[in-house]
Amino acid sequence: MRTFRPATVDEVAAAMRETAGLAVTIRGAGTKRGWGPPPRASDAVLDMSGLDRIIEHAAGDMVVQVEAGVPLGRLAAAVAEAGQQLAVDIPVYDDGSSLAGGTVGGALAVAVSGPRRLRYGGLRDLLLGVTLVRADGVVAHSGGKVVKNVAGYDLGKLLTGSYGTLAAIATATLRLHPLPAATRYATVTVDTPAAAYERAAAWHASQLLPSAVELDRPAGGPITLAALFEGTADGVAARAAEAAAAVGGEVLAAPPGWFGRWPGTPDDTLLQVTALPATLPELLGAIERAADAAGLPAVVRGSTGLAILQVGLPGEAPPESVTGFLAALRAGLAGGSAVVVHSPVTDLDWWGPVNSGALALMRRVKEQFDPEHRLSPGRFVGGI
Amino acid sequence: MDVSALATRFREILGADGADGVITDPQELRTYECDGLTSHAAVPGIVVLPTTAEQVAAIVRTCVAEGVPYVARGSGTGLSGGALPRTDGVLIVTSRMRRILEVDVPNRRAVVEPGVVNLAVTRAAAPAGYYYAPDPSSQQVCSIGGNVAENAGGAHCLKYGFTVNHILGLEVVTPDGEIVQLGNDPGYDLIGAFVGSEGTLGITTKITVRLLRAPAAVRTMLAAFDTVDAAGACVSAIIAAGVVPAAVEMMDALAIEAAEAAVACQYPAGAGAVLIVEVDGPAAEVAAESAEVERLARQAGAFEIRVAADAAERAAIWTGRKSAFAAVGRISPAYLVQDGVVPRTALPRVLGDIAALSKESGIRVANVFHAGDGNLHPLVLYDDAVAGQAARAEEVSASILQLCLAHGGSITGEHGVGVDKAGYMPKMFTDEDLDTMQLLRCAFDPHGLCNPGKVFPTPRLCGEAPGPRKGVHPLVESGQAELF
Repeated sequence: MRTFRPATVDEVAAAMRETAGLAVTIRGAGTKRGWGPPPRASDAVLDMSGLDRIIEHAAGDMVVQVEAGVPLGRLAAAVAEAGQQLAVDIPVYDDGSSLAGGTVGGALAVAVSGPRRLRYGGLRDLLLGVTLVRADGVVAHSGGKVVKNVAGYDLGKLLTGSYGTLAAIATATLRLHPLPAATRYATVTVDTPAAAYERAAAWHASQLLPSAVELDRPAGGPITLAALFEGTADGVAARAAEAAAAVGGEVLAAPPGWFGRWPGTPDDTLLQVTALPATLPELLGAIERAADAAGLPAVVRGSTGLAILQVGLPGEAPPESVTGFLAALRAGLAGGSAVVVHSPVTDLDWWGPVNSGALALMRRVKEQFDPEHRLSPGRFVGGI
Repeated sequence: MDVSALATRFREILGADGADGVITDPQELRTYECDGLTSHAAVPGIVVLPTTAEQVAAIVRTCVAEGVPYVARGSGTGLSGGALPRTDGVLIVTSRMRRILEVDVPNRRAVVEPGVVNLAVTRAAAPAGYYYAPDPSSQQVCSIGGNVAENAGGAHCLKYGFTVNHILGLEVVTPDGEIVQLGNDPGYDLIGAFVGSEGTLGITTKITVRLLRAPAAVRTMLAAFDTVDAAGACVSAIIAAGVVPAAVEMMDALAIEAAEAAVACQYPAGAGAVLIVEVDGPAAEVAAESAEVERLARQAGAFEIRVAADAAERAAIWTGRKSAFAAVGRISPAYLVQDGVVPRTALPRVLGDIAALSKESGIRVANVFHAGDGNLHPLVLYDDAVAGQAARAEEVSASILQLCLAHGGSITGEHGVGVDKAGYMPKMFTDEDLDTMQLLRCAFDPHGLCNPGKVFPTPRLCGEAPGPRKGVHPLVESGQAELF
């Protein structure tokens, strides 16, 4: 297997041309190389970590342009010096493993998402422009570096979450936000999914403007909720106190240990389950029943506002139990989707069912951008 | 072909109840000859007003079968000619699809048909304490379907984002005439690709939008400055200080003059520019942010600051801004509107350059715009009765866009490219950029019949991609068949 490690956009284009006819896997720091099913073929690796310049931090404009290989942690530190942030939560696991070494390009490729998506939107909402390198080596741009722009198609959004199956992201221009002056948390622990939903719904229906409303449910255990408030010191103290009082909970100065952490370790099985927010009780019930049926302990975390939950299963779980859990969970979902993010078990239906009309369009998009099907073939939905 | 010959087929599709939704009368067709950009006009070959997604799909399939181009239109308020009809084509108007299907408060979303008027969504959600955030100036008449096509913005998108940030699901009729649901399943972000595609990738027939909880407090301020420079510097200072107001709008002296003539908004006398700044959110945060904005405004030289004490005073402050476009008619027989964007730190310099352009050319330019996100709406004023003035106005307008691009900006912040700015696309994008965008177009619309001639100066022929083919059969891709 050949590895290319370009340092410039032109070198990325040259590598794409040189690998014509070969199956190529695009990677950044490699922190998420186990995400999604393994490609059907991989003759060469295009390692983007050499494109590691922060091209321009226009602090006055709250915009940063970076090469795709810049690690998220380094970007966060650089913009923090100006009191700013890329408002995307860097994934950290229960065992302390962090994806801060992962690159901007990698985060975009999988559309990484965390608690504060509720307030700031997803990474796709923060992306203003991209430079991409097509499978045929052509370099193209979409979007720009201003916060408001509707000229041309937004290819950045198309590439966000495409798992490296359409093109290589070479540079990205991102919208920044001010770091909040103060943060405060409200938390409450309840016994049942219905009670958890009721508390979370009360926070969402309030005008307290939580930046995140997260839940934690250890395998078969009680459910703890925590809401994050960002703003001025006086403001967040009052808002957190009101939120805690509304649900019989308490105020915390620091996040609970589980907050913003993914269950287990990067070597475990991690699922992402998405559904309508008001179906949270049914969703938690479906996860619990699937865990019972498969005989597996399932740890549940995630966001109640958009109902994006992470479910962790032990890495040593027998493959048939993981398969069984997944099948039972999907059968128990009323709408929504369950996707395998990463797993030591590879023989799985990672993506689950996709609307046939939408899938047909996706195939046609793939056919246009990568007619040879050489960019991570088979890694994406429907075997794309 | 003479597309009016399709009338019988379309009447069959619409059925007895909707048969009056097929228009072939030349006088009636003329009603649809342009959208909000009246300088481009073409009488459509035929107009159809369907009421269901199935009807839209059947109309599109008919067009494809006959090789006839078609254009979708909502309320026709677009400002770039995106809904400009084709004389040889079909205009599919969604204004009869105007039901709000669901206001789902527990899930903070609403499901609407494309012809629903923007403001109607907020009106439907307001009793529960919610609203739909994107608020283009035309929100009392523009349709959600049109908003999706144009990725409509508005005064409050500085804080809350554009249409694309508020769309949770779409039902679209593809250029093949298939009805497809987007957004519920994993896969490519086809909603992100579709929103803002200006009607070139298909027609929306059902839209799921996000509803936001109304903020606890809103504070609206009007700050008056001696000069545009000082007001521009104030905007830059607010953004750089990390305050994210809900809206920051600017009007210069000429725009204020027009607004005073039209609606007597009684802005501070002698102002060279005014800023309208609105902050919203929890009460304590609003108090802190508005105090910071006031401090920065005084620092930048504001000679008067008015803070609205109640909803009536807030409305009074907004009256001048909201009437500004129409008000310009009071001071000029005709005008062009531009929609360029510049980085916010470049505002003072660009506004100075526009003033210089105006002075050199003798063409007056009134500035009314979304200053907070650097989205300029220079109104280039001219009089057709004066020989050569219209042409000079066009030149000034073009120079302003060049200025925006020279500062790293964009040719359009919210009005779209349409037919109006298709010719400017090569100034902002390379041939490779445009070619790559058209890969998406070819994936959706291989026949090139869906709103052709918009956005791109030269269409790509959607044939087989060149080069060796190593494509995998769909059955192999989906794991239903083995290649070997």
